[in-house]
Amino acid sequence: MKKISICAVLTAVSVSFPMMASAADSTVKSVQKRGYVQCGVTTGLPGFSNPDDKGKWQGVDVDVCRAVAAAALGDANKVKYTPLTAKERFTALQSGEIDLLSRVTTWTITRDASLGLNFTGVTYYDGQGFMVSKELGVKSAKELDGASVCIQSGTTTELNLADYFRQNGMKFEPVVFDTADQTAKGFEAGRCDVLTSDQSQLYALRIKLSKPDNAVVLPEVISKEPLGPVVRQGDDQWFNLVKWTLFAMVNAEELGLTSSNIEKEKKSKNPEVQRFINGEGSKALGVPGDWAYQIVKQVGNYGEIFESNVGASSPLKIERGLNALWTKGGIQYAPPMR
Amino acid sequence: MPSKKKDLAKGRTAFWNDPEKRSMLYQIIMLVILIICGAYIISNTLHNLDSRGIKTGFDFLWSEAGFGINQSLIEYDESHSYGRTFFVGLLNTILVASLGILLATILGFTIGIARLSNNWLIAKISAVYIETFRNIPLLLQIFFWYFAVLRPLPRPKQSIELFDVFFLNNRGLAMPAPNILEGFGWVLLVFALSLIVVIGVKRWAKNRQDTTGKGFPIISVSLAIMLGLPALTYLFVGSPIDWEVPTLRGFNYRGGITVIPELLALLLALSVYTAAFIAEIVRSGILSINKGQTEASFALGLSRPKMLKLVIIPQAMRVIIPPLTSQFLNLVKNSSLATAIGYPDLVSVFAGTTLNQTGQAIEVIAMTMAVYLTLSLLISLFMNWYNKRIALVER
Repeated sequence: MKKISICAVLTAVSVSFPMMASAADSTVKSVQKRGYVQCGVTTGLPGFSNPDDKGKWQGVDVDVCRAVAAAALGDANKVKYTPLTAKERFTALQSGEIDLLSRVTTWTITRDASLGLNFTGVTYYDGQGFMVSKELGVKSAKELDGASVCIQSGTTTELNLADYFRQNGMKFEPVVFDTADQTAKGFEAGRCDVLTSDQSQLYALRIKLSKPDNAVVLPEVISKEPLGPVVRQGDDQWFNLVKWTLFAMVNAEELGLTSSNIEKEKKSKNPEVQRFINGEGSKALGVPGDWAYQIVKQVGNYGEIFESNVGASSPLKIERGLNALWTKGGIQYAPPMR
Repeated sequence: MPSKKKDLAKGRTAFWNDPEKRSMLYQIIMLVILIICGAYIISNTLHNLDSRGIKTGFDFLWSEAGFGINQSLIEYDESHSYGRTFFVGLLNTILVASLGILLATILGFTIGIARLSNNWLIAKISAVYIETFRNIPLLLQIFFWYFAVLRPLPRPKQSIELFDVFFLNNRGLAMPAPNILEGFGWVLLVFALSLIVVIGVKRWAKNRQDTTGKGFPIISVSLAIMLGLPALTYLFVGSPIDWEVPTLRGFNYRGGITVIPELLALLLALSVYTAAFIAEIVRSGILSINKGQTEASFALGLSRPKMLKLVIIPQAMRVIIPPLTSQFLNLVKNSSLATAIGYPDLVSVFAGTTLNQTGQAIEVIAMTMAVYLTLSLLISLFMNWYNKRIALVER
């Protein structure tokens, strides 16, 4: 018996897949016992997850983490962040280092089916684009034959790029960097003519350049990039909680509930609003009865977090576009909470 | 009691009293425990991966990679397999490591000897070099060389031209590529023949020196034979190499060979850094030689270079080789920092992009570790062989 336990300890140390821990405790329980959510974010991407000048993390992805903490623990500030590069992110989640990966991650079949992970929904509908320096005078991505392209390693963009150039019979030289920051530096140093990434990230990286006006984003969008939070496979309660946290934010926007009016709306006669505030489904999710209320109260509805992080009231000024509610010409749609 | 007596009489001891057999038993038990633990770890890992729905196995090596790599010594494009990306990365690692070892050794020996120079200025410059580069973290040096090399270089359209065939810009150094035509075989043949001739000349020269004591300028003569004869043949059969000169088309120079700036920066950083350590090793080796040896060589009338070459260095090598081996190993392993500046080495390409696109971390990391282990063991093996060869022959 002793030998077996020594082996077990060795296994846990040498192979980073602690099976015992996860089988015994559900993530919701262990998060509540621990008192905080461990959330994987980027190493710094304005609008999605970026520390502000006081070192506080901000962005759409960060607000998803905060909303999950608000739902599970009743306090949106009980989040610890783990900055991850694109290369590290899945291993960090698989090994249990983080509870939740909220890091501009594209939902694809390979990642969903063969990594032992589950995507919980789409926080941002994105597409891959190109940014070039103005002086090149390029108007379309079709003119990029033979260009050197700066790109971040371990992303879907790396594959889309190769596909796009192959499809159009063009050649390119990939220059692959580890982080978004290094990619932007390489672009600025003139190592490449083009920087490619998801469009939202292009806008975010552009404001990080020393002269943002010298770079233009080309009109072509060459791929579908639905970005969303990811959890480990095999813990359906946690999966549901993260999934419905996002749905709650979208439903709140649909119902007109915002962080400023939800206190008043407690007295609303609308049965849908009542169900929302009274926390439908809280028992099954294993969270306090006011989970949905806390999300909106402390973090805001989907529209609010979009506007403040990437929309009109942010430096990025990205239009809602596809990310508008389904009632307003977009495709953000959440199942009903009943 | 009687049985014991019998054993003693026969000079036998009980199994557990024989230290040799006992230690054998312990080793067997230890080995069994190790194997059980190993098997348990592997089966547990496989079981866990399976129960978490994570794909395992090496099948992925045969599926299409679908991403581009900007420097490959073998033919590669997006339609090749993940397995191919392994070899592309491996060759890039070997390229930068072997060039790095070569440069670092030359630079290190030069500076190590220079540090012992009687010329105050040369000695001090070498000392400053060593103390500076030895004490700054390598990663910072790599970033420094990358941006120091990259920033001041012009864009492709304003390239610095050399003889109208070399073009230097921030995309790297574009140079002509040789296309080998018919008749080049003759040049190779003549080169092989001239090698044989050189060996013959060397033997003759040694023989002559041994018998008459007369020296012979062996290096310059062999160089002349080895380069001159093939060059003459080359001209004679009508220049069988067609040089493809790169031309500016669109964004970049096309055709020819381009040395990417990442390779240049990494190579510089690795060799400059390691050379500082090698220089110290060389200095320690030379200083370990008894001063009497130097005085004796001067007394015999040897010049300083001759003294170094014939007396000091051969003896110093015995002290130099073992630590030098570790420096070579360090350089090979340090080359994995390439990923920081986007040089497509094994870690960047295979343990980076391939790992991430397939998600098969354990397989990919195991393969990568095996490669570094093999490379390091091969270098150790070679250096140990060399060390034995030059070891002091004791009588």
